[in-house]
Amino acid sequence: MPQIFSRRANTIARLSIILIVLFFIALGWLGYAGFWSSYTTMVNVPLTQPVPFSHKHHVTDDGIDCRYCHTGVENARFAGVPPTETCMTCHSQIFRDAPMLEPVRASLRENVPIRWNRVNDLPDFVYFDHSIHVQKGIGCSTCHGPVDQMPLTWKGESLYMKWCLDCHRAPQNFVRENSDVFNMRWHAPSDQKVRGAQLLIAHHIETEHLTDCSTCHR
Amino acid sequence: MNESAKEAQLGYPTQLIGERDSYESATRQIGSIVLDQKQPRSWLIGFTIAFIGVMLLMVAISYLFFKGVGIWGINIPIAWGFAIVNFVWWIGIGHAGTLISAFLLLMHQKWRNSINRFAEAMTIFAVACAGLFPLLHLGRPWVFYWLLPYPDTMGLWPQFRSPLVWDVFAVSTYFTVSLIFWYAGLIPDFATLRDRAEKRWKQIVFGVLSLGWRGSARHWARYESAYVLLAGLATPLVVSVHSVVSLDFSVGIVPGWHSTIFPPYFVAGAIYSGFAMVLTLMIPVRRIYHLENMITDRHINNMANVMFATGWMVAYGYIMEAFMSWFSGNRYDAFMMSNRFAGPYAHTFWVLILCNILVPQALWSRRVRDNHVVLWLISIVINIGMWLERYVIVIVSLHRDFVPSAWSMYGGTKWDYAMLLGSMGLFVALIYLFVRFLPMISIAEVRTLISEREEGTL
Repeated sequence: MPQIFSRRANTIARLSIILIVLFFIALGWLGYAGFWSSYTTMVNVPLTQPVPFSHKHHVTDDGIDCRYCHTGVENARFAGVPPTETCMTCHSQIFRDAPMLEPVRASLRENVPIRWNRVNDLPDFVYFDHSIHVQKGIGCSTCHGPVDQMPLTWKGESLYMKWCLDCHRAPQNFVRENSDVFNMRWHAPSDQKVRGAQLLIAHHIETEHLTDCSTCHR
Repeated sequence: MNESAKEAQLGYPTQLIGERDSYESATRQIGSIVLDQKQPRSWLIGFTIAFIGVMLLMVAISYLFFKGVGIWGINIPIAWGFAIVNFVWWIGIGHAGTLISAFLLLMHQKWRNSINRFAEAMTIFAVACAGLFPLLHLGRPWVFYWLLPYPDTMGLWPQFRSPLVWDVFAVSTYFTVSLIFWYAGLIPDFATLRDRAEKRWKQIVFGVLSLGWRGSARHWARYESAYVLLAGLATPLVVSVHSVVSLDFSVGIVPGWHSTIFPPYFVAGAIYSGFAMVLTLMIPVRRIYHLENMITDRHINNMANVMFATGWMVAYGYIMEAFMSWFSGNRYDAFMMSNRFAGPYAHTFWVLILCNILVPQALWSRRVRDNHVVLWLISIVINIGMWLERYVIVIVSLHRDFVPSAWSMYGGTKWDYAMLLGSMGLFVALIYLFVRFLPMISIAEVRTLISEREEGTL
């Protein structure tokens, strides 16, 4: 009877053991990498907008405060996207005829708001309130990244639940003085551990309820 | 002394292997079912019926995904319903396989040799059926993987204090070990089939499956030690898996669940139902494929005896449950038991007692154990009884617990029954495929029996 398998079959069999192990490791890695890559999270990916609005220009070059446009951030759940009228406070005077701003003028003319593409979108089953975070000393840049450096706006963080919990489990690592909340250049000082612990007391942040399910899933 | 004289002296069938069987005839008899024998007409008819069951299951699952678990009869407080009844029933059925293949191997019980393959296959298929139900019962089955500990984007681990998570580990370990054990046993037989196959593609398929088995002395020495080690791994699972399943109930505070007797009582029940299912399947298969020389009267008799003994352990469990609900002096426990005896589901309870305790008493008689038609019918009655037992535990305990305002009634809907029948269809269809495509008796181990018979050491 002739041989069914050639001599190479032994090598292939042994190799296949290694390859199967490697395959599953690679599969696990691929899944993990996929879920954390900016392909999925959209972190650091600038979105195209009807008007190429530059936070870098308005914040850094012009020195406009966050709250000039995002008016709700200190006392409401939503920071708020400004109405066209807010744009027009300046742009009715400067760059009046810039072709780039035609959609803004059209919006005012036709009384139809501009449809911005949403950069940060939490799922509907998550309760989130900007005002409480701002009042308790969580700065804009902690979640939104260096917005003052963004020519087009992108997501600063993944907004995954793990990311939320990283702070809710240890807020002392991120909390800052109220005067620093809108400081886009703030970096944790070297004694953040001590200061953070003091700020938790000063701001009445009770950590034991920060990770209750119902804190965010109401 | 010949077998019939020995049998007359000892009072039970003693033969393990036909007297005329040789290495060659045994190999041909088992191998030819896979390789070249045309299947009996009953195979095609039976498989068709079972396949209709599989389709029914597919329809039921699709509709479930489309509409949600509301198509079932579950409500609050009876949130578990058929799905968990079926899960526990199928998992229990699986236990005979591990007991026969691993436990009896370590105990040097030679009568396991020609039934272990079949029982192991049955185990794997039963666990596969069982595994469906908790997942389908999740409500959001597409996130079933949340039960596994993996680095997720939520920063959360599964709740390790929950018995439902222990279940995931117990059942998946059980399935994995059973599958490996089954495959390890098949390796020498795949090599036999590779050597006997005449078509080239069959040679290649069986050749790959046999992993280069040549049957050398070194192969056998390593194989035997690996097999015993695997059996050592699998043996604790006979006890652990259904113990963990029972903790799903006994960790809860519901009267009728919250009981320390549950783990051993569940294990006994599992082996009871498992042996009943082995007999239900093996008696017809043995007749249809003319395997009486290998699955002898002694095998059937032994299985009936094990079934009978575990049946009494289960009966002891029932008696202790009733006794403790009186002895504890706990009014909720006492009410639970009187509700079982005389409540709205009393008929279920008494049919369960009839099926699981009264009818099997016929097994005291040797004549009943030797009459395979009657034995087959009894084994089916026990299967029904064990399903009803889980029904009583799950539904009758839940439907009336502490607060009467929370009481409710339960009944399965047509979709509940479709899932149950469908899972049976899947199970039977897999069994049909197994007997057609794999050697249903271990050729290597039957040859061991023949060699021991020839040496006079059997």
